[in-house]
Amino acid sequence: MKYVDEFRDPVLAKSLIKQINILVEQIDFAKERPIQLMEFCGGHTHTIFRYGIEQLLPKCIELVHGPGCPVCVLPMGRVDDCVSLAERPEVIFTTFGDAMRVPGSKKSLLQAKADGADVRMVYSPLDALQLAHKYKDREVIFFALGFETTMPSTALTVLQAEADGLENFSLFCNHITTVPTIKAILDSPGMQLDGFVAPGHVSMVVGEQPFHFVCEKYKKPIVITGFEPLDILQSIWLLIKQIAEKRCIVENQYARVVQPDGNFPGLDAISRVFELREFFEWRGLGSIDHSGVRMKDDYARFDAERKFPVPNVRIADPKSCQCGEVLKGVIKPWQCKVFGSQCTPETPMGALMVSSEGACAAYYNFGNLPELMALKAEREKEEALS
Amino acid sequence: MTASVPGMRKRSGVLRAETINMSHGGGGKAMRDLIEDVFIGAFDNNELSMLEDQARIELSTLTALGDRLALTTDSYVVDPIFFNGGDIGKLAVCGTVNDLAVGGAVPLYLTCGMIIEEGLSVADLRIIVASMKAAADAAGVKIVTGDTKVVDRGAADKVFINTAGVGVISKAHKISAHNAKPGDVVLINGYIGDHGAAIVGARGDLAIENDIQSDCQPLNKLIQSLLQACPNVHCMRDATRGGVGSVLNEFAVSSGVCFKLRETSIPVRTEVRGMCEILGLDPLYLANEGKVVVVLPKADAEAALAAMKSNQYGVNSAIIGEVTDAPTDTVILQTSFGGERIVDMLVGDQLPRIC
Repeated sequence: MKYVDEFRDPVLAKSLIKQINILVEQIDFAKERPIQLMEFCGGHTHTIFRYGIEQLLPKCIELVHGPGCPVCVLPMGRVDDCVSLAERPEVIFTTFGDAMRVPGSKKSLLQAKADGADVRMVYSPLDALQLAHKYKDREVIFFALGFETTMPSTALTVLQAEADGLENFSLFCNHITTVPTIKAILDSPGMQLDGFVAPGHVSMVVGEQPFHFVCEKYKKPIVITGFEPLDILQSIWLLIKQIAEKRCIVENQYARVVQPDGNFPGLDAISRVFELREFFEWRGLGSIDHSGVRMKDDYARFDAERKFPVPNVRIADPKSCQCGEVLKGVIKPWQCKVFGSQCTPETPMGALMVSSEGACAAYYNFGNLPELMALKAEREKEEALS
Repeated sequence: MTASVPGMRKRSGVLRAETINMSHGGGGKAMRDLIEDVFIGAFDNNELSMLEDQARIELSTLTALGDRLALTTDSYVVDPIFFNGGDIGKLAVCGTVNDLAVGGAVPLYLTCGMIIEEGLSVADLRIIVASMKAAADAAGVKIVTGDTKVVDRGAADKVFINTAGVGVISKAHKISAHNAKPGDVVLINGYIGDHGAAIVGARGDLAIENDIQSDCQPLNKLIQSLLQACPNVHCMRDATRGGVGSVLNEFAVSSGVCFKLRETSIPVRTEVRGMCEILGLDPLYLANEGKVVVVLPKADAEAALAAMKSNQYGVNSAIIGEVTDAPTDTVILQTSFGGERIVDMLVGDQLPRIC
């Protein structure tokens, strides 16, 4: 298939891997500890597993799967707020499909739907807007989530609702921001990351500029990356080359989509509708300053949190769940105590098991074969002994 | 005057209504008109037109064909009821015929239970029943007994159909999900995911237009010629909901083996791949309604492939992988990119990615 297969060419992949292998030989510290590269975005995690990229790389390169899956990092208390909004009799609660199964403290949206709430899956916020036009006597709430990638479409939907004079449409806003989160990861104690694979679609909106601090302040290389397997391999090659040459700059591998200054109309729509929150709660990472946005006062009438009471209760992550350590790359998903036993994609305990872009679900579904087999053997041995 | 009444009473029913209403399920004259005009007229066979409460089948016709009775049932609730390449009626016949055939059975008789929502147009119902008849004829089976219920608007969605099927399995075949062995090969009778893709297109809620046809088709004749060429088939299942990925996981767990698939060997139409790319779906999990996954010894592979290709529903058949002993209970895909990944059981529905 044209425009897709070119980015999945196994021959090109082999030559890139050969280059990477040559370069890592020149990195001295790689003989003592692994080179840790973090892909921030869940889309990258998905590609890495789907194409088995990790197994193609030299053993001294370790990929750390970052927190860039907005469904995964949604804290339990926010899910409870969703359920409470969805259970109001006048409300049609619209959401992207991935968010349906995220566990709240009592139930997920999927369970709330089974219990009678009017929860509908949509593919775009504009679908929700259409529902608001169709059901004038109901309140249509759109569950807005995602990084900067999805913010423009939500913002434009709100502007459209205003232009249409709609009074029965609102957002439950859970949009989160990339840069403060990367910063929080870099500041957290015990971090040993050597470079970043930066999110391509977020960069399409925000451009290259916001990532410069990673090089300037933290002296780490960062490469803006596309989502095809060759994109990711090429970015890993670029990162390793920077590390080998002891350089650190922002490079743009995804230049076919990402402009240096980002997307002006998208940024404009965001700044008209949204403003930074002082802090936002993340599952696994806790509270991070300025890591979320809320609606500006001018658009308060489209803000579900101001239109309706929400419980807004903070609920701690389950104790046995080690999502936070996985997110920061301190442990691998399969090293978590509950991975594959109490926590599976059918009964997710931790957020990373919920969406196919979560690191744990990706490991569970697509697997890192040697590691999974070792784990299986170990668990069987334990069972045999007990 | 009363002398002409018995003659009038005997005349077979004619349905004049344009839509189905509650009286058509009430057990009275309207229901009899519906059954006689729409169903019996179309299905047209001796067992049905006897109008007894049950179809009666001579045991000797069954025992002549084999030593085991195969019995299956399935309910069809597809939305929308009409789609590219078929409709709910064709699906209800092919699905049940295929469920019998993949066990090695010769399908013979089907039942037809219909739950109709009031308001369904009689014209649509006639189209559905006509496609059931056409599919039954193509498969060489008879629809010999049935039941109709009409429910209030909202209690069902247009029409739901249940079909049960009876077939006979010959002594020669021992097909089971438990029988896959290391060294076996895996075959498929053509492009995967067409039905799932056609339904996504027909629903239209994704604003994706495609003209992909559902692969809804009866497989019993293809399977019979395969079994003649290669009686020693180990496992066989039609890959409906959950797709090829789910069927192979069931085989892997039941047989305690590993399936290794080659992505480059799996036939997927360009249009289906394109749709999957856009929506973030995986063709391995898309539904099929005319695809059978076959596991058999490597020595028989070429003969089996030739037999499958000689049938109109198997022209694009291919060998897509093989069975190994470890890691057990696992399906592995060798990706076209050169890596390997696990193909796990699907959890819930296949949902599009959001970013």
